[in-house]
Amino acid sequence: MNAPSLLLVAAVAVLYSSGFYLLLQRSLMRVVFGILILGHAANLSLLVTDTAITLPPLLGGEPGQQLSDPLPHAMALTAIVITFGVTTFLLALAYRVWLDDENDEVPDDLEDRRISRLKEPEDSS
Amino acid sequence: MLLPLVIALHALTAVVTPPLTRILGPRVFLVAALPLGLTAAWVLARTPGILRGHPVEASVPWAPALGIVLDFRVDALSVAMVLLVSGVGAVIFCYAAAYFHRGERALGRLVGVLVLFAAAMFGVVTADNLFALYVFWELTSVSSFLLVAHADQRESARRAATQALVTTAGSGLLMLIGFILLGHLGGTYRISELVADPPPGSPWLSAALVLVLVGAFAKSAQAPLHYWLPAAMVAPTPVSAYLHAAAMVKGGVYLVARLAPGFADTDPWRLLVLVFGAATMILGGWRALRQDDLKLLLAFGTVSQLGMLTVLAGAGTHTAAVAAIGALLAHGLFKATLFLTVGVIDHQAGTRSISRLTGVGRRMPLLAAAAALGAASMAGLPPLLGFVGKEAALEAFVPGAHPGLSATASAAVLACLVLGSVLTFAYSARFLWGAFADKDTVAPVPFPRPGAAFTAAPVLLAAAGLLLGVSAAATVDPVAQSYAAPFPALLHPYHLALWHGPTPALALSALVVAAGALLFWKRRAVTRLQNAMPNWYEAEAGYNAVIQAIRWTAFHVTSRTQTGSLPVYLGIILATVLALPGVRLAAALLGGDVAVPAEGDGLRLWDSPLEVVVVLIVTVTAVATVREHRRFPALILISALGFGIAGLFVLHGAPDLALTLVLVETLTTIILVFVLRRLPATFTTRPNGWPKRLTVLMCAAAGTFLALTLWLASHARTHPPVSLGYTGRAAEAGGDNLVNVIIADFRALDTLGEVVVLVTAAVAVASLVLLNRRDRIIRAPEADDWEETAQADSAASDRPGPQPAAPDPLAAPGANHAHRHGPKED
Repeated sequence: MNAPSLLLVAAVAVLYSSGFYLLLQRSLMRVVFGILILGHAANLSLLVTDTAITLPPLLGGEPGQQLSDPLPHAMALTAIVITFGVTTFLLALAYRVWLDDENDEVPDDLEDRRISRLKEPEDSS
Repeated sequence: MLLPLVIALHALTAVVTPPLTRILGPRVFLVAALPLGLTAAWVLARTPGILRGHPVEASVPWAPALGIVLDFRVDALSVAMVLLVSGVGAVIFCYAAAYFHRGERALGRLVGVLVLFAAAMFGVVTADNLFALYVFWELTSVSSFLLVAHADQRESARRAATQALVTTAGSGLLMLIGFILLGHLGGTYRISELVADPPPGSPWLSAALVLVLVGAFAKSAQAPLHYWLPAAMVAPTPVSAYLHAAAMVKGGVYLVARLAPGFADTDPWRLLVLVFGAATMILGGWRALRQDDLKLLLAFGTVSQLGMLTVLAGAGTHTAAVAAIGALLAHGLFKATLFLTVGVIDHQAGTRSISRLTGVGRRMPLLAAAAALGAASMAGLPPLLGFVGKEAALEAFVPGAHPGLSATASAAVLACLVLGSVLTFAYSARFLWGAFADKDTVAPVPFPRPGAAFTAAPVLLAAAGLLLGVSAAATVDPVAQSYAAPFPALLHPYHLALWHGPTPALALSALVVAAGALLFWKRRAVTRLQNAMPNWYEAEAGYNAVIQAIRWTAFHVTSRTQTGSLPVYLGIILATVLALPGVRLAAALLGGDVAVPAEGDGLRLWDSPLEVVVVLIVTVTAVATVREHRRFPALILISALGFGIAGLFVLHGAPDLALTLVLVETLTTIILVFVLRRLPATFTTRPNGWPKRLTVLMCAAAGTFLALTLWLASHARTHPPVSLGYTGRAAEAGGDNLVNVIIADFRALDTLGEVVVLVTAAVAVASLVLLNRRDRIIRAPEADDWEETAQADSAASDRPGPQPAAPDPLAAPGANHAHRHGPKED
């Protein structure tokens, strides 16, 4: 009944795909960009659960007019602000990592690498 | 309702005794013996009523909605077990007061856990609900782990404790599955009801019984799960005497005896019980014969006796049940006597090795007499209780006497019982000889006389064995008859007594004594034979192999799946999303199970021409951000993307969202500029190739899947939005903007949480950045030195890496170099 327009669905698909791709990259900054785009995709998803374009949810207009659903708006509003907080924090982290070893790459876990190089389990005792 | 109070009293004592240890020292065990002694006395006082057919019952609701009620029920079998757990336990506790030194490490923990163990054991033998039984059962496993590991500084103690815990608690889990199956099939979790009215035979019932028996066998150290019991002998001797002679190891036998009246005739109960019990009996006896350590000798003897008890408890005939009670009590008494004797010898002589002890009997005649009584009871000599039990056991398997057992099965079990008894006689004799005899080849060790209180405990227990043996017909037999009542009785039911006249069992007893004596006399030949035999029955190797296999599997699974690469992990998550819900959605679409928006039913290309323009901006910037490898262009693209999204919000009637997003985008862009100006100008990139193409494909598929799900899910909506009710309520909150009202009033708590998140993020960011400022202040003077900085910079550029750090066009050179330079000095 309330399906969004195909155009918006396509936009959401492109946003999610781009976000996923950037998230899979090695460069920390691109990972942060990926999270930013995924945030946009999620907010847009929330919004398109509503019917078609309608009036903003402001009371006091002419009675009988169909307003857009305010609940997804409120959720998306919260999500935007939280995404902002997370992004700044990630940026600070990425910055810190770069300061410490002049490298903005996500490295492989050293301990995991060491274990996968072992031939036999180590003695635990 | 005294029953739950008994457990509460134990628990209280367990809490009080550890602090008391500081004042009383080892005498605290006398305080700890109080609840056990009271319990035994209380149960003894109630015994006449119980034997007349009025079991003591109590019930405490625990989780009634789940059918978990702490039901307690004390009947004849429970009486026998409580007398062992609490009665013998109290004597052992008094003995422990003399055994431990004042400076013993962690004595408070030991006494507390020991009392807890007694409480759990009391719970096991009185619980009438399968879940309650299971909980108490595992409590005994856990407390036994703590008790065996008393000397926690020694690796052998820790290893033995872990081994016992893994074996008994691990099998306990299987037993829990069996319990649940059993309760489900029977429609009740009350043991007494299940046994009185067992569910009809079915494969499920057989599976349940097998699982329950696995748990019982592990707890009662049946081969091939017996290895943990000898290893657990690293525990202090009072603990061994209590856990591994009187109480815990009887738990499995108790469970078998508890369920036998209802389930002994269900396949494969009898087969399992008889085969494993008989095998354990012979294997334990055979290995006991070759031990040099007296305690290990007793441990293997216990394994052997537990095998016999399992056979008797599980056979499911009237005579076997009578014999089981007799043998159970006898074993508890004589094995505790012998363990305590070894404890005295070990304590005074500092060794318990047969090859180093000599002349102890001459110096300690009283102790030797007590041990002789115990060993004679173990060997099955009249007039002790052990003899009474063994006579009954032999009688129970005389071929043809019992309709429930086939003649061949009876004969086979009888042969095993006789063989086991011969071995038992031989190792009993070996124990006495090894502990007390004068040996010419051994230099005597100093042996100070122990205190009277120290030797009192074994003497008392040995005397009890003698007394109960002489008066078996009057004391033990009523309990045994009461327990055996549910089994089909013979024309002349068997009664426990010293003298039955010349019966086949008596003849067999005589044969056992003769053969056992011969075996002991020819012990050198036996030793040679044992040494010549391969060690194929080393069951601990099986445990080690299992542990090794688990470690091997864990290692290989870890090294294959845990590659340490974040992109790989995320890729696997995405692939899973596609493989499970993705494939399901595709199947549903192909099969027509999902309503797809059709023409006139929600299918629209777009809502307004303006939307086309904005969506075009959004898609192009998103794709361009992905393809852009230079930082600043990527930053500009992602900002444009954000503003495009804000445009979509405006079109969708969400001005608040659009305003917030514009503000946030602006801030994000500014922060990004600040961070990016310090970083190299381009991202590191991966070469083009199949991995990259596959990634692109997978991400596109995942994005399409999500969007498609969103499309179909929105279409499937049937209920009106909840926010319709908000319109009327908004006036109450005093606002016209519904979004504002929701944020500030209806969902104000969420907003508070959001504020907390922001503050947390701000604090974290500030600490990350300020940490950096302090570094800069300390290292600032170096930055002024241009030459040094230039060198550092070139060094940084020459550094091998995926991407050389190119100079940043926007960065202020001084600050930039200070940063590059700073951390290199660390």
